[in-house]
Amino acid sequence: MDLTFSKDEVEFRDELREWLAENSPGEEPRGDEDAIFAFRTGWQRSLYDSGWAAVHWPQEYGGRDATLMESAIFFEEMGRAGAPLPANVLGLLLAGPTIMAWGTPEQKDRYLTPILSAEEIWCQGFSEPEAGSDLAAVKTRAVRDGDDWVVTGQKVWTSGAQFSKWCMLVARTDPEASKHKGLSYFLMDMEQEAVQVRPLVQITGEAEFNELFIEEARIPHENMLGEEGNGWIVALTTLMNERSGLGFFLQVRLRQLLDKLVAEAVANGSIDDPVIGQSLGDMLERTETLRLTAYRGLSTITKYGQPGPEGSLTKWLWSETNQMMTQLAVDIVGPQALHKDNPWAYELLRARGNSIEGGTTEILKNIIAERVMGLPRK
Amino acid sequence: MEFDFTEDQHEIKRTAKDLLGKRSTVERVRSAAEAATYEESLWTELVELGWPGVAISEEHGGGGLGVLELATLLEESGYALANSPLLATAACGLAIQEAGSDEQKDEWLPKLASGEITGSFGIEGQTFPDAPDSDVIVVISEDGATGTVVATGDADVVEDVTIDPTRRYGTVGLGEGGDALPGDASAALALAAVITSAELVGVCTRALEMTVEYVKDRKQFGHPVGSFQAVQHRAAQMLLHTEGARSVTYYAAWAADADRTLLAEASALAKSSASKAGVEVTASAIQAHGGIGFTWEANVHWFYKRAQLDAAYLGGTKTHRARLTAIAAAASGSR
Ligand SMILES: Cc1cc2nc3c(=O)[nH]c(=O)nc-3n(C[C@H](O)[C@H](O)[C@H](O)COP(=O)(O)OP(=O)(O)OC[C@H]3O[C@@H](n4cnc5c(N)ncnc54)[C@H](O)[C@@H]3O)c2cc1C
Repeated sequence: MDLTFSKDEVEFRDELREWLAENSPGEEPRGDEDAIFAFRTGWQRSLYDSGWAAVHWPQEYGGRDATLMESAIFFEEMGRAGAPLPANVLGLLLAGPTIMAWGTPEQKDRYLTPILSAEEIWCQGFSEPEAGSDLAAVKTRAVRDGDDWVVTGQKVWTSGAQFSKWCMLVARTDPEASKHKGLSYFLMDMEQEAVQVRPLVQITGEAEFNELFIEEARIPHENMLGEEGNGWIVALTTLMNERSGLGFFLQVRLRQLLDKLVAEAVANGSIDDPVIGQSLGDMLERTETLRLTAYRGLSTITKYGQPGPEGSLTKWLWSETNQMMTQLAVDIVGPQALHKDNPWAYELLRARGNSIEGGTTEILKNIIAERVMGLPRK
Repeated sequence: MEFDFTEDQHEIKRTAKDLLGKRSTVERVRSAAEAATYEESLWTELVELGWPGVAISEEHGGGGLGVLELATLLEESGYALANSPLLATAACGLAIQEAGSDEQKDEWLPKLASGEITGSFGIEGQTFPDAPDSDVIVVISEDGATGTVVATGDADVVEDVTIDPTRRYGTVGLGEGGDALPGDASAALALAAVITSAELVGVCTRALEMTVEYVKDRKQFGHPVGSFQAVQHRAAQMLLHTEGARSVTYYAAWAADADRTLLAEASALAKSSASKAGVEVTASAIQAHGGIGFTWEANVHWFYKRAQLDAAYLGGTKTHRARLTAIAAAASGSR
């Protein structure tokens, strides 16, 4: 067991730190979606120009062939430096790796570079009004018409759709086949009249996500990813990548928030209240448990080629902890934490999404019980 | 970074598990507990294998391995719920090695390492595992600042009958006797907390395993109860507690060997997490077993009882969380 970074890992980290010190992204604007997006696009450009946009991608596609551990270090350092997420985070983390796994050589040539450079932004069109947790129940229909597929249906909660050129779209191509077998995975061009994006305002007041109304959109057959009828398996590749290095970014951000909260409690004296002291101790325990369990999970995958039981736990632990911690902030900071412009107010509200986005906590527990622990399905 | 045991460490752990799987079956744990004795032959065997001294230096007759190796043995010992003074003796040895003078080390360590004598360790006035039959005790002051080594005969030991009959306990006061440990008593305390956490991780692992087996098998309403979501989510929560405690306990054991600057915080982290996991997981195990889980006849209660005593030993979740907060507050002030 060695919980220090290796020489290579330290070199990687130091090189990145040096770069970050010279290329600080500055303060992200607040509140204005378009301004935030522009800021994040600028940031990704700057990462791209220096070869940092996607360290976990293979070199042949413009990445650095980073190991899982280096990729974790990358996201930790980004979090530590207070850097924003890159504009095309879904492209870099989800679409890119899915295309690398399933794409034809032509598809890889066509799509990967503009993902890296943030020239083409991606969104994930999986969820529908009647297919959320039960993702395989998607109803959006794709019907073959010559060289095209004609797609009609509705998607919902599509983050970043308003800025996206492309959509990872799961649609039903064979209504006769069983639920999981009738799906196919498409790369859909968002720039067509037949695709309408309508923003959905979240409880925070912003609109990160949207509804997509798709009315006979056309997708050339060459934009199918994987085989016809294989969409569920391809979608699983996307879902498996959902939290990969990003977890380390979130984990560091959580710790930074906690450090702020401890500082606040020290400053206003509430740290001496034993109840607050206990709650902070709980948060410190959870935050460190999260960090160490995430590292342990990476070591398991690196060494044995497959995740251990600990790998399935971190998203749940993170979302729960972030929610508890932002709630604790209300006790420590006081009612002004609930004033609209107080940063804690935003954190408190945004945290409610954590246990829903990317698979709800209930679904994660089902997966842990049935797939990790082998309990019987009903 | 490699957050996993080395091949040698895995081998130590596997061998320990195999041995205890044969020598410390739950039937034997039960009969020893019910008779309120230890099976002498088990301890003799562990001594022959060098377990009590595994982390004592070779100079003093030990195995010269680390806290991490010792922690793997304690984890397996917790998993098997072995009736033996291993935890107490190992904690006593670590404390003398950590904080003792050369004379104290020369006097006690070879005998503890060879199993010629057994030891105990704890905080003054509290419940010490295996104190009554031990030969030597390290007593840490209530404020954790100072330590004393004392021959058991010279200490003030009152046997405690606790809810956990798998182990013997006693309350220890110093009286007049004893010899101050010149070294860092808080480090000794931290090391003992780490290896206790390891034992708790083993207890949790076993309680969870027993529960998963049981709920797969037990049918109600025509289905295995393990197919009901309320039961499944309870099991998932048990896994989260167990694996979380495992991560931080291994980290703390590693810190004990590799980076002492991390030890105080890591050990508080381990003990707060493992105490919580121990209590929660074993309580859940009883619940998931239903009525049978509440009987003397079923075996889950042994794990619940040991977990309660281990969780309280050297301070439980609340004590160690308070410590974590104090450490973070101090660091916050200095930034
Ligand atoms: C901020 C945010 C961003 C998102 N971004 C995207 C995106 O970019 N692209 C995309 O495709 N989707 C996105 N989503 C959608 C997200 O994946 C879904 O909301 C999520 O999978 C849950 O589906 P649902 O909303 O239909 O809820 P439902 O599935 O209707 O769930 C309702 C409740 O029932 C529970 N439940 C459902 N089934 C079970 C079960 N079998 N066992 C136990 N409990 C169950 C759920 O846990 C939940 O509490 C986003 C969501 C959020 C909050």
